[in-house]
Amino acid sequence: MDAIVPGSDADRLDPLEIPTLCPGAMAASQPWGASPDHQKALGFPGELVDDWQNVAIAKMGELLEKNRALRVYLDSCVKCGACTDKCHYFLGTGDPKNMPVARQDLLRKVYRRYFTFTGKYFPGLVGAEELTKEVIDDWYSYFHQCSQCRRCSVFCPYGIDTAEISMAGREILDAIGKGQKYCNEIIGKVHTIGNNLGLNKNALRSTLEGLEEDIEDDIGVPVKLPLDVKGADILLVTPSADFFAEPHVDGLIGYAKVFHAAGASWTISSYASEAANFGMFIGSYEQMRLISLRIREAALDLGVKRIVFGECGHAWRVAYSFLNTLAGPFDFLDQRYPIPQHICEYTWDLIQKGALEFDKSKNDHIRLTYHDSCNVARATRMGDQPGGQFEIPRAILKTVCNHYFDMAQDTIRDQTFCCGGGGGLLTDELMDIRKKGASPRMKALKTVAEDHGVTHMAAICAICKTQFAKVMPDWGFERDSILSVHQLVSNAIILQKPKQENDDDR
Amino acid sequence: MSYHFNGADIASDEEGYLTDLSLWNPELALLIAKDEKIEMSDEHWEVVNFLREYYDEYQIAPAIRVLTKALKKKLGEEKSSNKYLYELFPYGPAKQACKIAGLPKPTGCV
Repeated sequence: MDAIVPGSDADRLDPLEIPTLCPGAMAASQPWGASPDHQKALGFPGELVDDWQNVAIAKMGELLEKNRALRVYLDSCVKCGACTDKCHYFLGTGDPKNMPVARQDLLRKVYRRYFTFTGKYFPGLVGAEELTKEVIDDWYSYFHQCSQCRRCSVFCPYGIDTAEISMAGREILDAIGKGQKYCNEIIGKVHTIGNNLGLNKNALRSTLEGLEEDIEDDIGVPVKLPLDVKGADILLVTPSADFFAEPHVDGLIGYAKVFHAAGASWTISSYASEAANFGMFIGSYEQMRLISLRIREAALDLGVKRIVFGECGHAWRVAYSFLNTLAGPFDFLDQRYPIPQHICEYTWDLIQKGALEFDKSKNDHIRLTYHDSCNVARATRMGDQPGGQFEIPRAILKTVCNHYFDMAQDTIRDQTFCCGGGGGLLTDELMDIRKKGASPRMKALKTVAEDHGVTHMAAICAICKTQFAKVMPDWGFERDSILSVHQLVSNAIILQKPKQENDDDR
Repeated sequence: MSYHFNGADIASDEEGYLTDLSLWNPELALLIAKDEKIEMSDEHWEVVNFLREYYDEYQIAPAIRVLTKALKKKLGEEKSSNKYLYELFPYGPAKQACKIAGLPKPTGCV
């Protein structure tokens, strides 16, 4: 597929340009291994088990039983090649093992050897291979070069989802004691402290109070960021990066201003102070369930009527697609509202009702584009119309910003690229693959910057924001050119100065 | 990984963050900073000292916003922006300054 670049010429960057093949280029790219403590805390073996081969095959068998889709994905590939040039990591590295079909084959060849008739008796005919140390090594490298973004699955005529395969691969690796430090350490922190960051209740309270002071100093309105308020109507569950990092925190301030303008009674929970759910990244249903249950417990404990999720891509995938299965039923919540609801749905609803007032000129120094975060784009929806996950964030941005321009059509919406840091790859030792994986998105951004003078890009995912803040300077953009969607809302929203309410009744 | 310091090996994780925070001292900080190719100025020390004070109280590194606010009070507008912090600690104030201050690496989507 050719890039749709208006007025393109030979010098222009093509985000979809097929790279020269470089076999093995990224074989050495591996994340740090989880320590025995981090492994054991999640119920995984501390280090590589002695009979790793049997354990891995048994685990694969268990997954094939539990997850019918996995078996279908492994059986149904016809090697048509449609996916080969669709992965941003392939486009950025040229390593053929980053072609989605090749990544799938890393698992498929072992599946065939141990679980299919032809693979057992005529392995050479069907590309079936023994599970060896080298295969495990390849799994560890290349299943950590997949951000589970599902771009390839959009183009697969059979709908094979490589994300499911890399999740299964990682789950098997955890089962034999070969976990990834970044994800597993973080999941441990969610269980012990309540969030990925390890931000305890005192620090969280102090941080929120500091932000309240900042907002009041800035605009003269006492906007609150309530914590652990029993009886509040709305529980906001947001990524802990929103409490810590830039530009995430400006998004959090934006949510608070919207709640304030709506006169809403809302609260953050120190117990469920994390929207992210890295259980999905490591393919562990059990971890995903345990993390999700914290949200249920917090909602019950605080007696809220609604749950709203902040700007976090994969959190919305878990919330939208799986929360009810993992931690439901949510029959104790107000059934008149979506369960759960995305902050963009919440804000857009208020905008449509005319409940929010904006001064768009406050964003006139910004010429904006929007990066569809992969998990939101391809694994969720928003609102009550198909494609709401694409339209609602854009509708909000166009409401608060005068200068908005989309990037090339074949790089956005359901064909969006991952930022390059998703799926548990947002860790420093993987910086090389992160930067290479970001290059298709960066090329599309460069083009829209050249064509329309775009200066900034907005996103609704904590990982995207951190990743782009790291990568954009390499492409000639300022570090703070990546913005939270609700940061733009925050800039433009008009709040009434005099009286403010912080009571619990509506 | 470890830092060879005063005839002893001080253990760190794969990325150079101290594993035993109690072993930190200002001289060791200089050594860590050297590995990071950072020459410690008074301004660097302001940041590192604030991080350690905050950590003592809250057992976690401060949010970037908390850090810039504290620096603004102490050193004024120019020496408190996120951009200024990146000039001091090019790899990012949160991670690089924490490493030099002997604090654990901030984890998560940051």
